[in-house]
Amino acid sequence: MSVGAGSALLLLIRRDLRLSFRRPEQLLQPLVFFLIVTTLFPLGLSLDLATLREVAPGVLWVGALLASLLSLDALFRSDAEDGTLEQLALSGQELTVIVIAKTVAHWLVSGAALVLVSPLIAIALGIPSTVFGTMLTSLALGTLTLSWLGSIGAGLTVGLKRGNVLLSLIVLPLAMPLLIFGAGATDRALAEVSSTGALYLLASLCVFTCTLAPFAAAAALRIALD
Amino acid sequence: MWTWFYRLASPPHVYRLAATLTPWFLIPALIAIAYGVIDGLVFAPPDYQQGDAFRIVYVHAPAAWMSLFCYVTMAVSGAIGLIWRIKVAHAVSAASAPIGASFTILALFTGSLWGRPMWGTFWAWDPRLTSELILLFLYVGVMSLRTAFEDAPRGDRAAALLALVGVVNVPIIHFSVVWWNSLHQGATVAKLGKPAMTPSMLWPLLAMLFGFMCFYGAVLCMRLRGEVLNRELKARWVREALSP
Amino acid sequence: MKGELLMADGWAAFWAMGGYARFVWPCFLLAFAVLLWNLWAARRYHVQARRRAQRALAMAGSDS
Repeated sequence: MSVGAGSALLLLIRRDLRLSFRRPEQLLQPLVFFLIVTTLFPLGLSLDLATLREVAPGVLWVGALLASLLSLDALFRSDAEDGTLEQLALSGQELTVIVIAKTVAHWLVSGAALVLVSPLIAIALGIPSTVFGTMLTSLALGTLTLSWLGSIGAGLTVGLKRGNVLLSLIVLPLAMPLLIFGAGATDRALAEVSSTGALYLLASLCVFTCTLAPFAAAAALRIALD
Repeated sequence: MWTWFYRLASPPHVYRLAATLTPWFLIPALIAIAYGVIDGLVFAPPDYQQGDAFRIVYVHAPAAWMSLFCYVTMAVSGAIGLIWRIKVAHAVSAASAPIGASFTILALFTGSLWGRPMWGTFWAWDPRLTSELILLFLYVGVMSLRTAFEDAPRGDRAAALLALVGVVNVPIIHFSVVWWNSLHQGATVAKLGKPAMTPSMLWPLLAMLFGFMCFYGAVLCMRLRGEVLNRELKARWVREALSP
Repeated sequence: MKGELLMADGWAAFWAMGGYARFVWPCFLLAFAVLLWNLWAARRYHVQARRRAQRALAMAGSDS
């Protein structure tokens, strides 16, 4: 029985989501990390609320970046360790479909969760609610792009025992342009300048990564599974 | 007719060829660099705006160019190694990485020292400087990834893939001064027709560029021999190659 | 057309580099250091690889 790519995609996404929800503590870790990291900045810098507001978009973005990185290592690792990944690869489904499914599922439980929590942190950092629209859009696009970039890094390091730091070393340079544009979009909204251009740029970055990353990540997995 | 080309995939052939080629790269490199440095420091006229500080261009521009050229070589040879499974290609890619990284560091530091008198700051987060810094991180990532694998061929393939993914940064660096309002100045030499520099300033720069390229060729040949050996440790040809 | 020789004013003017000496000379020294490092490191890498190969051959030779 051959399963079409579309239904395989949905099947795998549902499977990954179900597996993630079996361990809810694991889901909370990136969120808590996000909360803690973004709290560190105002504590460490001891700024008044007005100055804090100015650095807030950057702080928010760096926090989201680091929190997403935490969960990236797990993207392929558990499946690789128990042999499921090999089975999936041998199943006849395109490896790219498998990669897309796992990355989307990963974003739903990490990136999307971060986006939902971000208004709380934004308030704590003094960002006015008028900016929330731009902020949420930019974070949503940004975390999605980051999940795609991360899937490449996760695929490259899946076979390594201590691949965590190396994963960050690989993904962060690739994510720097993303950070610049993403924080820039929220910055512009804060300054009450139009951020539509920056958001479009962010969206195009997201589309560019979404289309190419699955192939790179699949190639990386093929190298690891060979 | 094409045998010379096919033999480039043969490790023993490349091992010997690299030894022969090294002086042919190194001597022109040293001559060109010596000429470029002397002409650039002594004979080139001082710049109208920047005075004698502009002479930093004679090391900064070639270093920056080489940082990009080495990365592209690393990526392309890695791709060749990935697609056609040629070990020598991976050896070229591995050899190019530390060379390119050293040029990137040189470009960043000389650029910083040039920026202080010119722009008033050692560093600015402008597109070209930032993307050049990202290039350094990419070099480090590729080198770290390659050595992280116990299975060396797998490490070669992973590093090649990462180098390819990072190659999008190269056009970003090059076109950053065109696409954005950058602190960094635009292209001076690459403009077709009339370059923005007078000949007496331009010739030493071209000599340095040529010299650095030849230097890269020489060091690549030297490093390549080590890389080829490391990938062929127990092969029969190694015994004969090492005996004299 | 060549400009005035920097050294027309004497060696002191040359070393001073129009006031920018503390920026220009470190750049050239750094470039010199990077080029030297490349030569040294490449040579060392090759020598280490030769030693590894000789050791591997010696071990293989003693097994056979």
